Amino acid sequence: MYAQMVKAEGAKSRDEMSDQERAFQDRIDRGEKIEPKEWMPEGYRKTLIRQIGQHAHSEIVGQLPEGNWITRAPTLERKAILLAKVQDEAGHGLYLYSAAETLGISRDELLEQLHNGRMKYSSIFNYPTLTWADIGTVGWLVDGAAIMNQVQLQKTSYGPYSRAMIRICKEESFHQRQGYDILMKMCLQGTPEQKEMAQDALNRFWYPSLMMFGPSDKDSVHSAQSMQWKIKINTNDELRQKFVDQTVPQAEYLGLTIPDPNLRWNEEKGGYDFSEPDWDEFFQVINGNGPCNAERLQARVDAWEDGAWFREGLMAHARKQDARRAAARLAAE
Amino acid sequence: MTGAAVAVDQAAYFDWLCRMGDNCLILGHRVSEWCGHSPVLEEDIALANTALDLIGQTQLWLGLAGEVEGKGRTADRLAYFRDAAQFRNVLLVERPNGDFGTTLMRQFLFDAWHMEMLRALQRSADPRVAEIAAKAAKEVAYHLERSADLVIRLGDGTEESHARMQKALDALYPYTGEMFLADAVDQAMAEAGIAPDPADLRAAWDRTVGQVMAEATLRLPDGSFQHRGGKTGRHTEALGFILADMQFLQRAYPGGVW
Repeated sequence: MYAQMVKAEGAKSRDEMSDQERAFQDRIDRGEKIEPKEWMPEGYRKTLIRQIGQHAHSEIVGQLPEGNWITRAPTLERKAILLAKVQDEAGHGLYLYSAAETLGISRDELLEQLHNGRMKYSSIFNYPTLTWADIGTVGWLVDGAAIMNQVQLQKTSYGPYSRAMIRICKEESFHQRQGYDILMKMCLQGTPEQKEMAQDALNRFWYPSLMMFGPSDKDSVHSAQSMQWKIKINTNDELRQKFVDQTVPQAEYLGLTIPDPNLRWNEEKGGYDFSEPDWDEFFQVINGNGPCNAERLQARVDAWEDGAWFREGLMAHARKQDARRAAARLAAE
Repeated sequence: MTGAAVAVDQAAYFDWLCRMGDNCLILGHRVSEWCGHSPVLEEDIALANTALDLIGQTQLWLGLAGEVEGKGRTADRLAYFRDAAQFRNVLLVERPNGDFGTTLMRQFLFDAWHMEMLRALQRSADPRVAEIAAKAAKEVAYHLERSADLVIRLGDGTEESHARMQKALDALYPYTGEMFLADAVDQAMAEAGIAPDPADLRAAWDRTVGQVMAEATLRLPDGSFQHRGGKTGRHTEALGFILADMQFLQRAYPGGVW
């Protein structure tokens, strides 16, 4: 999930392309995968770094809102499941940073850009997790939206990204199920108070989840080039529609109400009509003014800075070991 | 069959199983506090994995404790509805995380004991204990390998990493003695052949810790003063806050289904 507003380098028509660019586009059009050592336009490489980097950052920042409830998980089993899920997210971060590294940028450089604000992560993680029902809702809606986006990305044109997505999708579907399972317990077997907690969580997470797909197609300036390169397969609005159509019956099953008075089935289009999220809020959150932007980013910066001595210590030890081995070799000669 | 296959005082047995389970639960809790905040992504993964193992072991030990007690208390009931004075973990595992070095040192000092304990428990007269120990030993062997390796590398790293690891060792060493103190509960377990006398684990622990500290270029404190109390329910102030955090939902929403 988790790539929004990725700036793509300007699209070119066939006539404007060089021979090399045309040949590259032909490979993409034939559905071939592009591999790390192969020639690619600079714009393709840069766009992918932005997208994969943002995706990786989202995974590691995404540990924070859920990690917030690990120590308070209500049963040992829920605690274990949540730990496993957050661990998976760190693992996804690792695959994705590795995929980005094949494009010639290091993980440290990407982190530096996260820390200094030049790179973003998904807007959704700037919302707080206030109750245990939020953990269920994040699994259900946020991972649900993520899967929607990532399933299409399995077919993305860049080989390492596509392969990372295939692995990640397998784990994400488990995440979504565990989230929904939390809510089934609370809504179908729990107390009225618990059901209220679940409704409140849905009220707060519904629109931010819709925002995860990025702005409406008419305002999405970078989509065309990304789609031409098959870095992106579906448009934002297509995915958002699919997500709403999938989610509404799930909410009904839980006995929860989607907080949208305009939500209704449209027989003609075979999908739901629904209200747009508040895009002003979206841009505010993207630009740093969400409820948790400052603390999320600070938590990552602190983790990195407080851990500097640890990383340096390990490097120093490795250098000492190398020197010792070299000295031993010399002595043996 | 109810109770153990061996003749033993059930209250003492219950107490001893709570010691095993609570050590795992409280250390697992502490380790999980790092989630998303560790110095490097690989450590986030490793710590979550360690916490996950420990919570899994908690379920097994406290599950058996409830079975032995025979009053219908489940592992969750024991974890979420006892207050601090009923907890039986050693003080070492409830010590605050501190910096990453303190967390690693605490883990290593505990892992080195845990490994010896689980090794011995695989020969327990109660097959249920031997079975849990066999499963846990596989996981803890990895915990120990990792924590020992990092203590060595950081002890023998930079001047700063060395100083931090020495400070952590000095602060935590006075909490290690409790792991080897035998009381009436331990004696009853040893006599029944369920568990070793904890004092018998000391020599192997000293050997492991001595080797690792030597390689890490860290100096072992003299250890003449040792804190105690956790095993009998007298804890530090830290435990109350851990439980307030951990038990919040179960306490605040009685009758809830999670």
